[in-house]
Amino acid sequence: MSSTNVVTAIRDALHDEMANDDRIVLLGEDVGSRGGVFRISVGWMEEFGEERVIDTPLAESGLVGVAIGMAMHGLLPVAEIQFADFIHPAFDQIVSEAARIRYRSNGAFACPLVIRAPCGGGIHGALYHSQSIEAYYAHVPGLKVVMPSTPADAAGLLRSAIADPDPVLFLEHKKTYRAVTGEVPDGRHVVPIGTADVKRQGDDLTCISYGYTLHTCLDAAQRLQDDEGISVEIVDVRSLAPLDTETILDSVRRTSRAIVVYEDNRTYGAGAEIVATIAEQAMFDLDAPIVRIGGPDIPAMPFATALEHLYMEPEPDQVYRHMLELARA
Amino acid sequence: MSTRVASSPHGALGLSDDDLRSMHRLVLTARLLDEAALRQNRMGRAPFVVPAEGHEACQVGTAWAMRKGVDIWVPYYRDGALVLAAGMTPYEIFLGIFAKASDPSSGGRQMPSHWGHRELGIITGSSPIATQVPHAAGIAYAIKYRNEDAVVGCWFGDGATSEGDWHEGLNFAGIHKLPVIFVCENNRYAISVPQSKQMAVKDVADRAAGYGFPGVVVDGNDVLACYGAMTQAHDRARAGEGPTLIECKTYRFLGHTSDDDDKTYRPRDEVEQARLQDPLHVLGAYMLEHHLIDERGADELRTSVKAEIDEALAAAWEAPDPEPGSAMRHVFAEAESDGDPVSETRP
Repeated sequence: MSSTNVVTAIRDALHDEMANDDRIVLLGEDVGSRGGVFRISVGWMEEFGEERVIDTPLAESGLVGVAIGMAMHGLLPVAEIQFADFIHPAFDQIVSEAARIRYRSNGAFACPLVIRAPCGGGIHGALYHSQSIEAYYAHVPGLKVVMPSTPADAAGLLRSAIADPDPVLFLEHKKTYRAVTGEVPDGRHVVPIGTADVKRQGDDLTCISYGYTLHTCLDAAQRLQDDEGISVEIVDVRSLAPLDTETILDSVRRTSRAIVVYEDNRTYGAGAEIVATIAEQAMFDLDAPIVRIGGPDIPAMPFATALEHLYMEPEPDQVYRHMLELARA
Repeated sequence: MSTRVASSPHGALGLSDDDLRSMHRLVLTARLLDEAALRQNRMGRAPFVVPAEGHEACQVGTAWAMRKGVDIWVPYYRDGALVLAAGMTPYEIFLGIFAKASDPSSGGRQMPSHWGHRELGIITGSSPIATQVPHAAGIAYAIKYRNEDAVVGCWFGDGATSEGDWHEGLNFAGIHKLPVIFVCENNRYAISVPQSKQMAVKDVADRAAGYGFPGVVVDGNDVLACYGAMTQAHDRARAGEGPTLIECKTYRFLGHTSDDDDKTYRPRDEVEQARLQDPLHVLGAYMLEHHLIDERGADELRTSVKAEIDEALAAAWEAPDPEPGSAMRHVFAEAESDGDPVSETRP
């Protein structure tokens, strides 16, 4: 075990995988001589060669499209979208192409592609460096979407994404990069895609979250334990598609109370799918209505500190208060 | 500026008489197959077909410079003659038209003419325009990375050249000097929109200058001119000199698809004028002139090809439809046999 932060865990895992398999190539904007704007690949162009660490033109659709071609001809491309906010020009390549190549060819072709995209807000990124994009893509059959919240999960899920025979959108919440540290098991630690994880065990209510908000929830749960003796179970979704409904439902059936917390705009977000799953399959195990907390339905996160705070924390201790109300309901 | 490649006699291009007879048969097969498919559509047995009529020479000519079993094909939906030249059979094409379970492109999932054939190295395609162009560049990158002696051919219409993906794919290929040939089958219309409203240049090939590789214009109705240009581009690609953009000036004689009525946007005299350069007739005349076939031989060829197509059509019609439940399969990998964890375009 060694303690590290999320960005370092991603860097170390990706580095190890590249060192072990020369089919893996990294391509994206500024990933070469700059080493990536988040410094994931510093020095790799020299270490692995320009053929494997490819500075692409500033064209997201083209870079994903080129990566799809590579994936169809024996390589294992890891495409880096500099910020998830800039992935939209590649929507067609991801949704119409990558996600459908296996299906449309009746299983004859495959597209083992990883797309890494730093996402999420709370880092003064404003409208175009803060977006949550998971809901657009988790809706698409043929595509897997994961978002780790801890260093161990980041390393383990990235290895699974690279090994996966299908396209995986690997979302990295920027606020976790350096703010979240934790232990990463030694060796080739792997976390299977499609598995949620109970990050904190509890009996009184179940809180389901992912990404940076998971840590807000963990903080609130600890304070509720200290202040009120309320025991909150925290389920980290980790994988939005496929969604591990069993882990979520097992916990909810046991605690009989569920709260879902996510950063993305509330309406039509991933939380809606999780809430619907609970409502459909565990309705009669519930002692109280399900609570859903998402980001405000404004077009994006504003820049000014006060405005950004309103998005990330619309009111002080929002999650804490909702957990408390739910526990007492 | 782009250069123009003129036609040469087949002998000067290194083509044997038998090569030319085979090319002639392919052009004729594509034409008669189109006609048969359209009849099936009008009879209500084929919901949708995409005629290649008019494009046969540029497809067969450029295809003939490719090596089957080695090179990779990235076609678009109008490439019926091309995929025949790549090795697909009329039977396989009719399996697609009738959406049968054994359709090699998609098992009846996609509209017809959305080609894919793993064993032949024909890459699966979609309907959005020009999305295959970056794929071609990526495959060519992988070929170069893996030190393979293969070349990628990528075909599209003039309409595709307006798409961002087209630009991004050519730009990437130019930067890395990739072994890929971009072939524009310019029939002067993106469905109904004439070239004058698509671009402010006369030749698509001029755009190659912006990507740092040669652009070549050829008469797309002349199978030998197309073959000649493709051969030079193929040599360049294998020599590590990078991509070429070939613009084949041609014409589409029928509607965009079986659902299109081109009378709403093209004057009839323009179509009739274009038919004077019908690639099938141009090639047929060349065959007669060079004593590669005589009138009787031409009649026998037509009878033979027609019989082949009728037989393929009838057999494909009888082939099993997909099982309804199979629609749920192949969303993700099912087993090791379902594609590969690391896919290859050829086994």
